[in-house]
This record gives sequence, structure tokens and C-alpha cells, in this order.
Amino acid sequence: MNEAISKKPVRVGKPLKTRLLNNWQLYLLLLIPVVITFIYKYIPMYGIQIAFRDYKASRGYLGSEWVGFDWFTRFFNAPTFGRMIKNTILLSFYSLLWSFPVPIILSLCINQLRFKRYQRVVQTVLYAPHFISTMVICGMLRIFLSPSGGLINLLLGTQVDFLTQSSAFRTIYIASGIWQDAGWGCIIYLATLSNVDTSLYEAAKVDGASVFQRIMNVDVPALLPMAILNLIMSAGSLMNVGFEKVWLLQTELNKATSDVIAVYVYQQGIENAKYSYSTAVGLFNTVINLVLLFVVNKIASKTSDVGIV
Amino acid sequence: MKKSRGLSDKTSDIILVTICTIIMLLVAYPLYYVVVASVSNPYDVYAGKTFLLPSEFTLKGYTAVFADDSLLRGFLNSVKYTVIGTVFSVVMLYITAYPLAQSDLPGRKFFSIFFLITMYFGGGLVPTYLVVKQTGLLYNMWALFLPGGVAVGNMIIVRNYFQNNIPHDLIEAASIDGCSKWRTFIRIVIPLSKPIMAVMVVFSMVAYWNDWFTALIYLRAEQAPMPLVIRNILIKSSASASQASTISGGYAELNKLTEMLKFSSMIVAAAPMLIIYPFVQKYFEKGFMAGAVKG
Repeated sequence: MNEAISKKPVRVGKPLKTRLLNNWQLYLLLLIPVVITFIYKYIPMYGIQIAFRDYKASRGYLGSEWVGFDWFTRFFNAPTFGRMIKNTILLSFYSLLWSFPVPIILSLCINQLRFKRYQRVVQTVLYAPHFISTMVICGMLRIFLSPSGGLINLLLGTQVDFLTQSSAFRTIYIASGIWQDAGWGCIIYLATLSNVDTSLYEAAKVDGASVFQRIMNVDVPALLPMAILNLIMSAGSLMNVGFEKVWLLQTELNKATSDVIAVYVYQQGIENAKYSYSTAVGLFNTVINLVLLFVVNKIASKTSDVGIV
Repeated sequence: MKKSRGLSDKTSDIILVTICTIIMLLVAYPLYYVVVASVSNPYDVYAGKTFLLPSEFTLKGYTAVFADDSLLRGFLNSVKYTVIGTVFSVVMLYITAYPLAQSDLPGRKFFSIFFLITMYFGGGLVPTYLVVKQTGLLYNMWALFLPGGVAVGNMIIVRNYFQNNIPHDLIEAASIDGCSKWRTFIRIVIPLSKPIMAVMVVFSMVAYWNDWFTALIYLRAEQAPMPLVIRNILIKSSASASQASTISGGYAELNKLTEMLKFSSMIVAAAPMLIIYPFVQKYFEKGFMAGAVKG
């Protein structure tokens, strides 16, 4: 069967039926992921309608009573609504603000290291925290920040219970995030820098440029498009604060800053089994994210030629 | 680069090395501190006596991890989930990426979009939970693997790798020799893509080994993986019943052991992945570039 069509490298000329038949094995391979994705990704999208219904398991999706935007109204009127929106946006905005530049600066330094073996060691060490579970990271944070004998308090000579202070929560969240992922974030920039034409460095050297000047005039321009692309992607997920770390670091006393939408969705949906309400809150969050993504992407594709969707 | 370097280059070398070394120490020290603490007397740790070296060196914390029923079960669960999940994920990535890498496959664009959409939009926590429940996966190990479907970001990296690194002529030649698509996949594509496979294996392993949220939602307590078990010790700071019954030294001894367990269980939970990733580190950059170049 394959011999019949193998003479031509491009088979576009063949009739569609032949092309479909020739590829039946490939379709069979694709069938498995397509079915799994359909069941576990697309059926839940269909299930989103329970945000507009009073879902009862016994009645199913379509049988449950239609309530329109009742759940959304209820969410907007929830006593902690304003706090959750504010905390979600601020936590993610400050994260972006502080975390975004670090990998860029780091990779500029690492890239200029002349001793390749040492460069490897630096990279290996900086990548390490990325491979550790949030559970362990938060366990470490809990121990380090403990008022009695925690590393931070020992070093500062104080006895502060940081996790009960809402003013410290964002700093803890963001600083530990940088510690864990700034190194890993370098990879994409280092890969970009490794493609820089070495003759540019030679030329800069002949012109008497110092290392710092070479970084500013050769490396920085080379990194800029990738940095912009990364910034766009992060801006598009501004309402997308991860659940895990916040939930593990949250205490009754720091809720003024640690109460975010993702945790609320989990508590209402899984802990309290308020399926419809939780779905409505989650949908609200997703829609805002999508709008942000489209807006940011639109701006980006107008101002430069980078874009993602 | 080999030409004679001016003094300013040497000075900047020293500055750069110093900066990088300081950053490296800042990243490594918390991990080192936990390792030291895990083999020390916990009361000395909290008194600030173990900044650099352990005090009263002991491996009791580690023997306690494996003597504790729930921690041991959690560890074994994690190993099981990681092995099965990784095989499942990598197979899924490959059987999706290979067809989509064939530029002449009718419907290729449709299928690409079909998968891509799931990257930007999903049903959310509860609708997904309900489907998992309806398909009978609640309290079933497969609830950890199936709802994730295809890791689309990684799939694109693999697909681009196939397109850019496996010569189209080779596939053609195999086809001329009467090699079926499946055989080409197994005999040519898989052996030629070992670097990217190594990266994907490590990514999947790390994801499954470190995951606990999925297990929190879908599984029973006795099915919990390691991170979820250590949550009881780390976050809730409670000793398990099995420990209380095996310790003879009374409350003080139990307290001390619980504190030691905090450190040693974290190391046991973190160490396997920290040992594995340096082996594929050299492929990371390549993999990311393959993903960044649009195919």
C-alpha cells in the first residue's frame, strides 16, 4: 500500500480518500489521546452549564433547574468577594513584577561565565529547587519561618511568627517563588543566548568593548523578543494564582492577604460540595483570564510580531 | 575568545564568578540546612547550633521514615504512581506527536487545534471532578493520569523535535522499502528521538512524583502519595498513631522524633528527583529550543 504512493515526496496531489486510507495507522494512534481528551477535557467544558443551574446529581446536567446568573450574583455579594479579587490580582501582579526580571539578569551573568564546567555547576544548582514538590517547599518555609527556632528568626535574632502576619504573606510567597523557579526560568534565555553569533562578540572585542558593554549591546538585544513573549504569556494569566502554595501557606491569621479565588473554588466545590456555586466562581475566573490573554495578545501582535494564539 | 585578554576582562571574570557563586550559595543553602538538620538533634537545630555542621549525628530520622507505616506506604504509592504515570504520559505524548508531525496528514490542523484549545480553556475543578466521578475513577489510581490527558505543551516540543530532527527523506526511504507507519514509528522515530524522550521521561516523573493535589481530590487517605502523607507531619504537625505506638521513650522522645521526621521526610520526598535531573540536564536547552521554534 505504501509502495504505491512512495514515488512522490509530496502527496498533496492524491485524492483525499487515498490519503486517509494511507494514514489509517496514524489515525488509530491518534484515536486514544483524542478519546481521552474528549472525555476528560471536553465533557467538563459541557459540564460548565451547571454554573447556570442548581445542579443535583440525581437529575443530571440537563435535568437540573436553570437559575441563570444567580450563583454569580451570590459570589459578587459574598462578604469576601472584594478581598479575594484584590488578593488574587495583587499576588499575581507583584509576583510578575518581581519574578520576571530575575531570570533575565541571571542568564546574562551565567552566559558570560568563561569556565564552562563552572557554568554547568551553577546551572545544576540553580535548577534544583524547581524539581522539589510544593509540599516540601512549603514544609521548609513553615519550619524556616517558625517563631521558635526557625532559620530566619535564628539569623535575625527575632521570634516573629511570620505566617500569622498578613503583611508578610506576599513577600514569603514571592521570595520563595523566585528561589524555586528563577534558575529554571533561565533555560529559555540561555538557549537563546547560545544562538548568538560569536562573531558579534569578536567584533565588539575588537572595538574594545568591555564585558558589561558586550552584555548591553549584544546579549540584551538578543534576549528582548523572548523576554517580551514571556511577559505577554505571564500577563495573560494574571488571575491565575496557583492553588497549592497559597493553600499550604494559608493560616487563619494571614487570610487578609492570602484569601484568593483558587482556594475558594476548592473549598466551596470539593470540601463543601457546592458544585454549581464553585463552578460559577471558577468560570468567572477563567473568563477574565481568557479576556486578558486575548487583549494582551492583541496588543502584542499589533506592536511587534510576537504572538501566541 | 582565545586572544589575549585585557585586565578589565579578568576583573569582570572575577566579578561574574563572585556574583554567581553567591547566588548559587543562596539557592543551595536552605537545602543544605535541611540535610544537616535531618541528621542532627532537632533541639540543637532549633537552638541554632547546626548552621554548618550537624550536631549529635544520627540517622534515626531516616530509619523512622521507613519504620512508619503511613510514610512507607506513601513512598511506595509515589513510586507506583510515578512509574505507571510516566509510562502512560510518554506513550500518550509520542502517539499524539508522531501523527501530528506528518505534514501531509489530512486533518492535521483540526487535531492540533483540538488539543491546543485544552491549553487555554477547561471545564475547571468541579466539572472535571464530576466527570472523573461519573466515569468511575474516584478512588482509582487512574484518576491521577487520565484527566491530565495529553500534556499539550510537551507534545508540541516533541512534535517539533520530530519535524526538525528526523529527516523526512529517512521516513520516505522507509516507506519505499515497504515499512508501515507503525514500524517506521518504532524502528526509526523512537530510536532517533532519545534525547527528547529522556527529557520527557524526567518531566513526567517529576510531575507525578511531586503531585499531591490530584490525589487529595480523587483518592483515599491510604492511597495518598508521599507528599500528601508528609503534609500531616509538616503542615498539621501531628504524629501518626503508628509512631505513638512504636515509641517506648514516652512523650518527650516521640516529640523529638516527630521533629526529626519533619526534616528527614522532606529529604526522602525531594531526593529522588534531585538525583535524576542532572543526568538529562544537557538536553533541557535543546528541548526548549525545539519547543520555541514553531514547526
